[in-house]
Amino acid sequence: MNWRAVKAIYLFEMHRTWRTLMQSVLAPVISTALYFVVFGSAIGSRMKSVDGVPYGAFIVPGLIIMQTMTQSVSNASFGIYFPKFVGTIYEVLSAPVSFFEVVLGYVGAAASKAIILGLIILATASIFVPVRIEHPLFMVLFLIATATTFSLFGFVIGIWADNFEKLQMVPLLVLTPLSFLGGSFYSLAMLPQPWRTVTLFNPVVYLISVFRWSFFGFADVQIGASLAAILIFMGVCLGIAGWMFKTGYRLKA
Amino acid sequence: MAPRLRQATAAGRSPSGAVNSNLPLASVTQIIMLGAMPAILSISNLSKTYATGFTALKSVDLEISKGEIFALLGPNGAGKTTLISIICGLTYPTTGTVTVDGFDIARDYRAARKQIGLVPQELKADAFETVRATVNLSRGLFGKPRDDARVEKVLRDLSLWDKRDSKIVTLSGGMKRRVMIAKALAHDPAVLFLDEPTAGVDVELRRDMWALVRQLREQGVTIILTTHYIEEAEEMADRVGVINRGELVLVEGKAELMRKLGKKQLTLQLQTPLNALPESLAAFPLELIKSGAELVYTYDVKQEHVGIADLIRRLGEAGVEFKDLQTHQSSLEDIFINLVNEPAQEISA
Ligand SMILES: Nc1ncnc2c1ncn2[C@@H]1O[C@H](COP(=O)(O)OP(=O)(O)O)[C@@H](O)[C@H]1O
Ligand SMILES: [Mg+2]
Repeated sequence: MNWRAVKAIYLFEMHRTWRTLMQSVLAPVISTALYFVVFGSAIGSRMKSVDGVPYGAFIVPGLIIMQTMTQSVSNASFGIYFPKFVGTIYEVLSAPVSFFEVVLGYVGAAASKAIILGLIILATASIFVPVRIEHPLFMVLFLIATATTFSLFGFVIGIWADNFEKLQMVPLLVLTPLSFLGGSFYSLAMLPQPWRTVTLFNPVVYLISVFRWSFFGFADVQIGASLAAILIFMGVCLGIAGWMFKTGYRLKA
Repeated sequence: MAPRLRQATAAGRSPSGAVNSNLPLASVTQIIMLGAMPAILSISNLSKTYATGFTALKSVDLEISKGEIFALLGPNGAGKTTLISIICGLTYPTTGTVTVDGFDIARDYRAARKQIGLVPQELKADAFETVRATVNLSRGLFGKPRDDARVEKVLRDLSLWDKRDSKIVTLSGGMKRRVMIAKALAHDPAVLFLDEPTAGVDVELRRDMWALVRQLREQGVTIILTTHYIEEAEEMADRVGVINRGELVLVEGKAELMRKLGKKQLTLQLQTPLNALPESLAAFPLELIKSGAELVYTYDVKQEHVGIADLIRRLGEAGVEFKDLQTHQSSLEDIFINLVNEPAQEISA
């Protein structure tokens, strides 16, 4: 293993974040605060608690996952797309590094940022509503798993995209709807059939559900199924990214 | 850059542009010495057909010795960048193998790439990073531990030390190119690729570049540079490879190349200008220039009988007198134009 290369990529990417700290942290924090104003206060005040949890607190895990997902994808996709776009990727391709080391550096950095952001949002949320966490260790583990998986997904998108439209298309057309319909703002039990069944095909449902379990101790779906879904998605992304590097897809002629 | 090196640069060429006769001789000795050195780069049967169906390299074979300076000379689109890109791992070959210091670029890519530094043709640097950060990144990518003293040396050698904390976006084009070189040298490569290092750079940087190449050569670094400036190949290289339309047309020691293929010109300054050539000289390839004040005789140094003695005797018989004469060996440029143009016409026919 060329650990020095992993470290070099990781630190370089993290440094890029510090440079753009305002936009990478401030924007998600503001939008989260807006969700609390709109959903938590305006609508939430008219809603009963969900399974014994006040509505304002109920939406916290979902919001954290949504933001972590979105940030993971955008960090990682941009992180690899940008050097490809300006051409500095030549150095990574010509360096004595394996595919896995490159992924570790880029995805590691993107995931780290998203995790930090997730924790900042948790802190922001606890200003608005009282938040209790029943399984803090699992909470952190799920946050890491989510950030890593979606950073990998973003990495794949970043390699695949050959223009800025494509880079933004997937997050906008796929991720946003899936996360809105992923049960951030409601419990599956609140949905009528057939939508409740249809929802089970949305992978984000599993993520949010298991994450909410780590907060409140109850879940819409089984924990095991959630974990399996996360691992499968992570495996698929890793497989695609590996294939991309092996074949040089959109990286090497 | 060390002034001593700069002087060496200036001495290599006479002001007229003709090659200093001492230089080829020195290079010949060098080539003989280099011949005994092991190959650090070995390319065999290398071809590249791009996804578009365009064949950019056609079965290239080439061996480069350790410590050698090799110039790959060819017009735009000849396949120079393609060749370098394959060796450095940016492009896949269609056929063929490449080894660097015995390590296969595909199988032992780590060992092979560790030896290589690449300065790409285009300026590609992280605009919003500082010079030092981007050079540190390069060192790390190649698996070297952080070494501030080494990075400082590289930056100082390239007159970049004052700019170490500047963002790259604020630098001039020439400075950016220096950064690219610093990045390539940051991990102390044994083989350095310079893809058109002086295309569009100012005189000062070009001088520094040449001085740097010499300095690196003294350290035993093998250098492969591509150029379409003949001047550069002539100035710096031990051997020259001419590439055209993906084919390595010729690989020759520079001095050898000049000797074998060079045309020479004899220029006679006439006592009295001539309006036309005397009948008796019609068989000679002669040309009157400067309104008949000078007579130019072009001959091939490859020929056994260059015909100068004959020409001078005939001139005397015809009553043409001259007050002075000069010979001029054609530069690589002339040779190159001959090489590249002739086969090209055959291909397109
Ligand atoms: N990625 C690519 N896809 C298709 N054709 C390419 C690609 N890269 C280069 N070429 C073509 O291959 C030929 C050689 O290019 P290149 O190696 O860059 O030449 P040089 O560096 O000698 O100017 C050119 O005709 C160029 O258009
Ligand atoms: Mg080129």
